Amino acid sequence: MRLRATGRRGGEMDVNLRVLDPYQELSLKEAFAFCRDLVEDPDFPTVRRWRQAGGKVVGHFQVYFPEEIVHAAEALPFKVRGAPVEARQGESHFGSGLCSILKTSLEFILSDRLRLDMFVSHPICDSARNLAAVWGRNADYPCEILYLPQNANSLHASAYLRGEYARVAREVESVTGQEISDDALRRSLGVFNENRRLLRELYAIKRETPWLLAVDEAYVLVAVGGMIPREEHNELLSWFLPQIRSREATPQDRMRLVLEGGFCEQPPLDLLNTIAKFSYVVDDDLLIGLRWITSDVPVGDDPLADLAEAYLERSSYSPVQHDLRKPKEKMLMERIRKAGAGAAIISAAKMCEPGLDEVVAYVKALEEENIPYFVSEFEERMTNFDNMQMQLETFIENLVFA
Amino acid sequence: MSTTEAPVSAAGGRSADAPGVPLVGRGNKEGNRLFREWFKELTTAPERGEKSAYVFVMGSMAELLRVFDFHTIFPEVNGLQTAVRHVADDYIAQAEDYGYSTDVCGYVKADVGLQLRGGVHPMGTIPPPALSVYTNACNTYIKWAEIWERLYHVPIFTLDIPGTRRAGGQTWHGSVDFANDLRYVQGQIEELIGVCEAVSGKRFDIDKLRGIMANANRMSRAWKKVIELNKAVPAVYNAVTDGTVYLGMVNGFRGREEGARYFEDVVEELEYKATKGIGTPFEEKYRLVFAGVPCYPIFRRFGEMFSEWGGTFVGSTYLWFASGGSNMGFEYDLDRPLESLAEGTLVTVRDAMDSMFYSNTVLADMIEPFRIDGVVYHPIKSCRTVSTGLADSRRAIMEQTEAATLFIESDHMDKRAVSEAQLKNRIDAFFEGLASRRQRRALGPDQQGTEG
Repeated sequence: MRLRATGRRGGEMDVNLRVLDPYQELSLKEAFAFCRDLVEDPDFPTVRRWRQAGGKVVGHFQVYFPEEIVHAAEALPFKVRGAPVEARQGESHFGSGLCSILKTSLEFILSDRLRLDMFVSHPICDSARNLAAVWGRNADYPCEILYLPQNANSLHASAYLRGEYARVAREVESVTGQEISDDALRRSLGVFNENRRLLRELYAIKRETPWLLAVDEAYVLVAVGGMIPREEHNELLSWFLPQIRSREATPQDRMRLVLEGGFCEQPPLDLLNTIAKFSYVVDDDLLIGLRWITSDVPVGDDPLADLAEAYLERSSYSPVQHDLRKPKEKMLMERIRKAGAGAAIISAAKMCEPGLDEVVAYVKALEEENIPYFVSEFEERMTNFDNMQMQLETFIENLVFA
Repeated sequence: MSTTEAPVSAAGGRSADAPGVPLVGRGNKEGNRLFREWFKELTTAPERGEKSAYVFVMGSMAELLRVFDFHTIFPEVNGLQTAVRHVADDYIAQAEDYGYSTDVCGYVKADVGLQLRGGVHPMGTIPPPALSVYTNACNTYIKWAEIWERLYHVPIFTLDIPGTRRAGGQTWHGSVDFANDLRYVQGQIEELIGVCEAVSGKRFDIDKLRGIMANANRMSRAWKKVIELNKAVPAVYNAVTDGTVYLGMVNGFRGREEGARYFEDVVEELEYKATKGIGTPFEEKYRLVFAGVPCYPIFRRFGEMFSEWGGTFVGSTYLWFASGGSNMGFEYDLDRPLESLAEGTLVTVRDAMDSMFYSNTVLADMIEPFRIDGVVYHPIKSCRTVSTGLADSRRAIMEQTEAATLFIESDHMDKRAVSEAQLKNRIDAFFEGLASRRQRRALGPDQQGTEG
């Protein structure tokens, strides 16, 4: 299962390397706390451990990135998703009126907390497209944009994306010094298919038995995948899932909700925890990029083409991908129906243009369908949840006692 | 020199066809006249059964849409007109009542307000779209078009243009990556033709396209020249104030005979001014370049805050990206129109994006040839495409060049984000700094070391 052995420009790596401390002896509660600490640690100890062992790291900004390509080069794909930290230096590289995730993400580089070998951003929004240029002016390694197709309905999109993935693969080869063969890509697709299967299982628990898994707990289990080798994430999920299923918990009379708005900047864990106190979040779009491809990617003769096809044809939705086949409000209604939810929390990060635009469409559709909803804005750095807790509590009480 | 004092016509020039028309100032006057006519055309289009396409300034695809006789409507232009005419607040408020956040782009909200009131606009009545065609040069274009799709249930078409992947990393013919991008763009244009045929009920006519492209070639050639002509000292136009008139024409009249002739006339006017040493109506003391989008809610006053100090904008990234990259002067090969349209769209829209994302590179290249004293950065709350990178770009320019820089923030639509007094304070301090720097330089090298 573990393929990382040789070939890195920095020398050989220990095939038994584990970037996670041993967790197998912990109780379930302790193991969740362990993952939470890891996700909230602004020093990214797993990345440091990987680098200390001689590994290369490719950082990729939200939302989706074909991590298999980096994995096939035996490097670590690292999801850059900001953090609830003060952007002391990052602030001065941006003006006002911008979302927080840009500033905190850059902060890691300027403060030297995170060392990458390559950074990739995407045309998900107007800010993110600028980020590659800003990052490039402040880092001494390649920083670029992966132009994921914005015309998902063109018959030419898949072939174009295959070519774009080939370009990125060449860049990754150049950075890592490791050739990316088709066989290596197929192996990587296998590892990630397994990861996708495990994540689907995790979300099935949320939908079917939400009292066994709170939204913040599920979140940390997904998020940790963006900062460790995927084989290790598969091991972690395989350890957690049976224990969650056999957890002793009693179903309570709580509202089943869908949470929408976490596709890019992430709400603070304490906010998710607040929501979990009053409700069962049975589905959400948190870190949707790590769950973008919704089924196994077929492994055929041309793995890059397979990966490109999956991005377009076997994928979820988000406000930052335009696809005429997937109107966002229709997709949200489908998510609500499939999850058996009775209401929705519609949220957007502050200053997030695509998220804020979508709120209007979501709200109109929810009203048409007569589905109760709660609208809020958040910021990854917010620390006071009293107001939101009170509003949310009132919203839910209104529904329960109406 | 003011326009009223300007000489009349130039021998051998087109103005000889219209004796008595003052040559200096003709571009602005004629531009305003044509612009008003253009709005009249739009207003009366539905009466004639003519259809309109909603498009944007970066990659309008006017060449192709005109083949099918679509009017091109620019919601950005509509929006800025409401701000300049001091009515944007009403439109924005209506959109916010509808549900749009105060942090959403003011152009989008002004347009939503416009649509909700049936197209009523200070310049006329804007007809609803029969379709919308837009590129990804600004991601908000896509979100915006989704609003029209929901309001009108009309076809919307994203023409996806891959941009430059990293600083200095533009690819060209001979590169496998350029070939991949070009195939993608051309394939989409062919698909767009099918959409246009279906919506318009008209067959694609390649010879008609050639004629329109020929007009666009003339305009691009002249527009490039217009930008270069401002190397003259004093500058022959103000890139922010006069430049906005030119931009309206570049977009609204692209591919039209009137547009091509207009810019050829502007070149004639500006060449005349350069030869005679005629500048803008204000004495030029400092030569500035502008990065961002102008402050339309106080447009006249915004310009005065600089011109009162003798500051003239000789260049602007706005003239590049808001002309969709026409500043490149790209000329289509009429022997292979579709291939060339794809190539031209790819490289010009890409260039427009570069003018925003990698503005430090393009600005640094201007400093010497345009004899720039200072760079004015004006990020706006509404537009993250233009504004996100400006603070960091400024840091780079300060390291790369000796030009003075000013960083002021406001908005191009929303008066709530515009503080005139604060802007004036910052601008005044900037000019005092420029004056002091010039004095120290005049005193000699010993004093230059004390510059802050």
